[in-house]
Amino acid sequence: MLDSGFKILFQGQNFNRLLEGLWVTIRISLISVLLSMILGTLFGMFMTLPNRITRWISRFYLEFVRIMPQLVLLYILYFGVAHAMGWNIPAEFASILMLVIWGTAEMGDLVRNALISIPKHQYESAAALGMTKRDTYLHVILPQTFTRLLPPAMNLITRMIKTTSLIYLIGIVEVLKVGQQIIDANRMQYPNGSLWVYAAIFFLYFIICWPISLLSKYLEKRWK
Amino acid sequence: MEKDIQLKAEKIIKKFGDDTILNGIDLEVHKGEVVVVLGPSGCGKSTLLRCLNGLESIQGGSITVDNQVLDTKNTKALTELRQKVGMVFQSYDLFPNKTVLGNVIMAPTLVAKRSKEEAIKEAHTLLDRVGLWDKRDAYPRQLSGGQKQRVAIVRALMMHPEVMLFDEVTAALDPEMVREVLDVMLELADQGLTMVIVTHEMSFARAIADRIIFMDQGNVVEENTPDAFFTSPESERAQQFLQTFSFDKKKK
Repeated sequence: MLDSGFKILFQGQNFNRLLEGLWVTIRISLISVLLSMILGTLFGMFMTLPNRITRWISRFYLEFVRIMPQLVLLYILYFGVAHAMGWNIPAEFASILMLVIWGTAEMGDLVRNALISIPKHQYESAAALGMTKRDTYLHVILPQTFTRLLPPAMNLITRMIKTTSLIYLIGIVEVLKVGQQIIDANRMQYPNGSLWVYAAIFFLYFIICWPISLLSKYLEKRWK
Repeated sequence: MEKDIQLKAEKIIKKFGDDTILNGIDLEVHKGEVVVVLGPSGCGKSTLLRCLNGLESIQGGSITVDNQVLDTKNTKALTELRQKVGMVFQSYDLFPNKTVLGNVIMAPTLVAKRSKEEAIKEAHTLLDRVGLWDKRDAYPRQLSGGQKQRVAIVRALMMHPEVMLFDEVTAALDPEMVREVLDVMLELADQGLTMVIVTHEMSFARAIADRIIFMDQGNVVEENTPDAFFTSPESERAQQFLQTFSFDKKKK
């Protein structure tokens, strides 16, 4: 029966283990998202520099990261680079690195688009008031980009959180891997367990991503 | 007379690629003088203003503000010099992320390092003068075009500029709002502020100007007193230009 499978979630330590796995997911997401937002903002500003070389470098980086599936990037970092260099990179570090390399590129592109959508006369009127480049960005341009950035940045954050589901493939025991372990361990007792475990995981992802879009909607309304 | 020259442009040349926009312009603006620059669209009058505060680099000649040569390559000197030259643009260019008060005290506190209290005090006086102190907590999107331009003027005045440049500040406004902005400018002229104005409002130009500069195709074609310019312009080009503003109803 379907409902008998439900009990798998509360068998022994199963539910706690899922939450522990979720914490790994959240921790890795949080670090990666934070770093990507900061580095992405800087990268976005770098992309708008009126210089052919910097533009070429940023274009190359962005396309390179975009074209490559995240999983391939992860494998290259964890197996390829580490092996070739003889390094022993912890899996969690490799995962964060992959997410940050990808997230910075995507965030940078969003920031760049937001920056170039700010009318030129905003820069000029700040300049005409004798404001320095730094002050202009800090007090005039970046605050204006935030409202424009919010919806796509929130979207990127949820995409990054969901992409952490790939990292179990290099041996990190995050929420999805814990789920698989639970299913495997209880295969005999709960043949229908997988439905319930995956449904629970779906729900756990939902409860971390849902507040983010709520927050985004709220802030968007407030800043309008 | 040399002494009270506030702003001086000598033989300035501005090119965009192969197009010459300004072809050796000379301009002297004395302290307290109001110079109005007129001319057909594309004659380079807006570009001239943009050059005067270093928003555009020049390819020849020199610009001196208060005996200091403007050098667009020296960023530090440029930002200092720009504090002496206020500018108001055609487009409503208030910072949308700041309130009216936030807009006008930003540069004084950030750039001139004045205290916030002092800046607010001065903002109070100036905003009162343009009738907008009540709107101090409003955001630019809540203001009409005319109100925005008045705030933009106050924002520039807050830096105590020695010269103010006005680049077609009423061109994008509803006709009914033009007046309120022009009145503010007339008042400033009365108080002795040095101004260079680019406008298409001919009767306003005549009322406010001490001197008219007429430009065409990157050259100064005529320099005259407002009365002489509007009643008996010397150059044929200016006569032609002025004719486009008068209408005769053709009767059958």
